[in-house]
Amino acid sequence: MSEGKRVAAIEGWFSLEDPPHLLGSRCRGCGTYFFPKLSSYCRNPECEGTSFEEVKLSRTGRIWSYTNACYQPPPPFVAPAPFVPFAIAAVELEAERMIVLGQVISGVDVSQLKVGMPVELVLEPLYRDGDTDKLVWKWKPLAARA
Amino acid sequence: MSGEVAVLGVGMHPWGKWGRNFVEYGVHAARAALKDAGVPWTDVQFVSGAATMRCGYPGYVAGATFAQALGWQGAQVNTSYAACASGSQALAAARAQILCGACEVALVVGADTTPKGFLAPMAGERPEDPDWVRFHLGITNPTYFALYARRRMDLYGATVEDFTAVKVKNAAHGAENPNARYRKRFTRAEVLESAMVADPLRLLHVCATSDGGAAVVLSSLEYARRHSRQAPRIAAISTVTPRFASTEVEMPDIATDSAATAAGHSFRASLAARAYEEAGLGPEDLSLAEVYDLAASMELDWYEYLGLCQAGAAEALLRSGATAIGGRIPVNASGGLACFGEAVPAQALAQVCELVWQLRGEAGARQVKNARVGITANQGLFGHGSSVIVKA
Repeated sequence: MSEGKRVAAIEGWFSLEDPPHLLGSRCRGCGTYFFPKLSSYCRNPECEGTSFEEVKLSRTGRIWSYTNACYQPPPPFVAPAPFVPFAIAAVELEAERMIVLGQVISGVDVSQLKVGMPVELVLEPLYRDGDTDKLVWKWKPLAARA
Repeated sequence: MSGEVAVLGVGMHPWGKWGRNFVEYGVHAARAALKDAGVPWTDVQFVSGAATMRCGYPGYVAGATFAQALGWQGAQVNTSYAACASGSQALAAARAQILCGACEVALVVGADTTPKGFLAPMAGERPEDPDWVRFHLGITNPTYFALYARRRMDLYGATVEDFTAVKVKNAAHGAENPNARYRKRFTRAEVLESAMVADPLRLLHVCATSDGGAAVVLSSLEYARRHSRQAPRIAAISTVTPRFASTEVEMPDIATDSAATAAGHSFRASLAARAYEEAGLGPEDLSLAEVYDLAASMELDWYEYLGLCQAGAAEALLRSGATAIGGRIPVNASGGLACFGEAVPAQALAQVCELVWQLRGEAGARQVKNARVGITANQGLFGHGSSVIVKA
């Protein structure tokens, strides 16, 4: 397969640099993190903050839980033909005290995952559009080989 | 207590995949509830509809739609939407009208006609909507159910056998319910042979989507007395939102709140806590519970959120037989969503219907002995708590 162009499947949610990060925001008033980014009004009920800085979220965390998708999800999911089941993990970021969902890298199935397992964030194609790879963040077990 | 209202009557349209207009199910349920209450439709002063988003404009204005279908008679009208909690909000609106003295008798109705397969998001490219983004990433409703299930397995030693036992229990309950869509007594083997949907959950662990309708007639205690009716009473309706920082992974969100600077809170535990507080009752007072078993495994989570047992003890409670009819605290005596499937605007009302039949001792072969107090638990997408306590 030829190397295609690499663009984000969802604009502004993560960086395309190496290594990649999820892009969140942090309230300048109370310090609370938000993902996806918040730039209007702070959602902490004790805070009236309206000013935020963009922050790169921790790119490692521990699996809170995990599963997979055995059935092809409906649109707007763009499915390859034939559909290949994929694993999904909910990952707890320690500094942000936040759980973020995402697909697990291709080639890793649920039998290789465990609650508490350390993982890191990588980019992989969510789907291919013509000659363009639409990239998304995925979780990769730190123990797994590339 | 002055905050109570009477449930004069309840009614349902059987759940199924009938493919007819949702208004028919709503009117069928409403007429059944009015007949049960002994209240003529023309005496109803307030109509409270639970909306559906899948049936076009008549669904958005469900209260008026049902009122027109029953025959315009000048009642005041309301429509509530709170996803799966819509029925509780419609009930709360009716109770508020009664308690403030604006009316004495109210009709609450919810009904839906559902498409086949996964519940999908609204059309169009909308990356600012978390519901659109998660489907784009391939994260469907069963993904969330399975995340909770797997966490129970790794943390508390739950097994697929436990989840299967919940399904088999609820199937046995629902087999005795004429309003249930699935009345088959599924066996353990049938559940375990069904297709894997989201590991560890198989097709028969996950609830379907259904057509159906449910209705409730509420009145002031004074109105019930005047009509010499000994009726069960609504002791609490909880419609709380989460509290920041909400630390549970909630459909349809991609991420939880950050608990880095604010204390973390459990939304699901809070919605029942609010109902207990309002009723002045606790889990020890319950005769039965109707809970939101989107997946069989989630029934176990609810045992803990309702305070029926400590965190991590739900599997032991299930294995003891306490939550089956005949046990100490039967859960989902109706058969639950496992036997009904989701008919979004009707399901929170259907739970109330079951409590009322049980408290009146009219539940037939699925009757819970000496039922005095029951609780419902349900949750609507985007932060809608729903818990109702009914007492005899």
